[in-house]
Amino acid sequence: MEGWVAPHLAAEFPGLGIEWIEVDGRPGRSPEPIRERLRQLSDRFYGSHAIHLRERPIPWAYRVFFRQIGLDPDRTRTPVEQLVLDRLRAGGFVSKGLPADALAIATVETGVSLRAFDADHLVGSLCVRDSAPGESLPGRPGKLPQGTLTIADERGPVGFLFGATADPYEVEKETRRIAVAAVRVGAVPRIAVDEALWMVATTLESA
Amino acid sequence: MPRLLDRDRRSALPVGGDERLARAELRRQIGRLERQLTGLAAEAFPRLAIDGRVAAVAPAGRALDLGELESLRDALAERVEDARAALCSQDELEASNRDLRERMLASPRDYKWLRISRDDVGEPGCGHWHSLPRFGLLGMLMGWWRVRVSSGCPLAGRLAAVER
Repeated sequence: MEGWVAPHLAAEFPGLGIEWIEVDGRPGRSPEPIRERLRQLSDRFYGSHAIHLRERPIPWAYRVFFRQIGLDPDRTRTPVEQLVLDRLRAGGFVSKGLPADALAIATVETGVSLRAFDADHLVGSLCVRDSAPGESLPGRPGKLPQGTLTIADERGPVGFLFGATADPYEVEKETRRIAVAAVRVGAVPRIAVDEALWMVATTLESA
Repeated sequence: MPRLLDRDRRSALPVGGDERLARAELRRQIGRLERQLTGLAAEAFPRLAIDGRVAAVAPAGRALDLGELESLRDALAERVEDARAALCSQDELEASNRDLRERMLASPRDYKWLRISRDDVGEPGCGHWHSLPRFGLLGMLMGWWRVRVSSGCPLAGRLAAVER
């Protein structure tokens, strides 16, 4: 499913978009084949890969987008860089259970930024928009500064575009249906986004 | 004549128009500078750590205005310039170390006890070239100097393979 982008943001950031799928699945420990896949991924990523990763078109596109929205990608890491950095620190991609492992595999393989939400709590279509005055992230103190880029459903913001998710939309033990959203930016090809979502779906369905 | 004067009259510059094109151009420039910066960081690795950090403007991300984009572009351009200068001076240093190594290899006696590591000449690995006397004290007294080449430490991967 394809979400919408606020028109003024679409005009400012051509190529910005959000696509999502919903998959039946419960969070929990990853089965052995998924953990084995993480181990295989770990063997393919070294320090030099982390340095050259940002030269590849998709990770570079996210870095540039981070710059363009005022984030420093060397402090607030892009999702794929954060995963690779964690892999270097921990000595491998550490299993964090489902759906985190499925998202990690797809993000590392494709470079696309992915988010997971509790689908049963979402209302209507997902979108990318900036926050209105007085809006806040449910379950979090304080109001959002006006203009903050968020992922929202028809009720309101469900999380930052890149960053924290509002508490009610986090995937938790009681979650039975998971919405996986991919945030597409400028130069990221649609096929990469489709591939990332397909990888997550097949991984979650196989679990 | 009055018509001619009218034609020469300067009109006010249009201000406050659509800045979107300017912002788009600045974003394009930011993208280009980011590519240059990542290219320089990759080129410098692992010899030099390139600092590409530019303070975040917005803690959670938002559409920046023209002034913010301009400052960001300028800060990035400065980082690229600094990175180029650092890489250039590192290249010069390594080139002079390579010359020194050649001179030491040609005449070890003139560079007693000098030790040049692979790191110093911008080569990967942890080996080094060390000017040492042959046969210890006797070599020192007789002036028999040579360069000992260390091949460096074994790769961690190989050690792990042996353990397996």
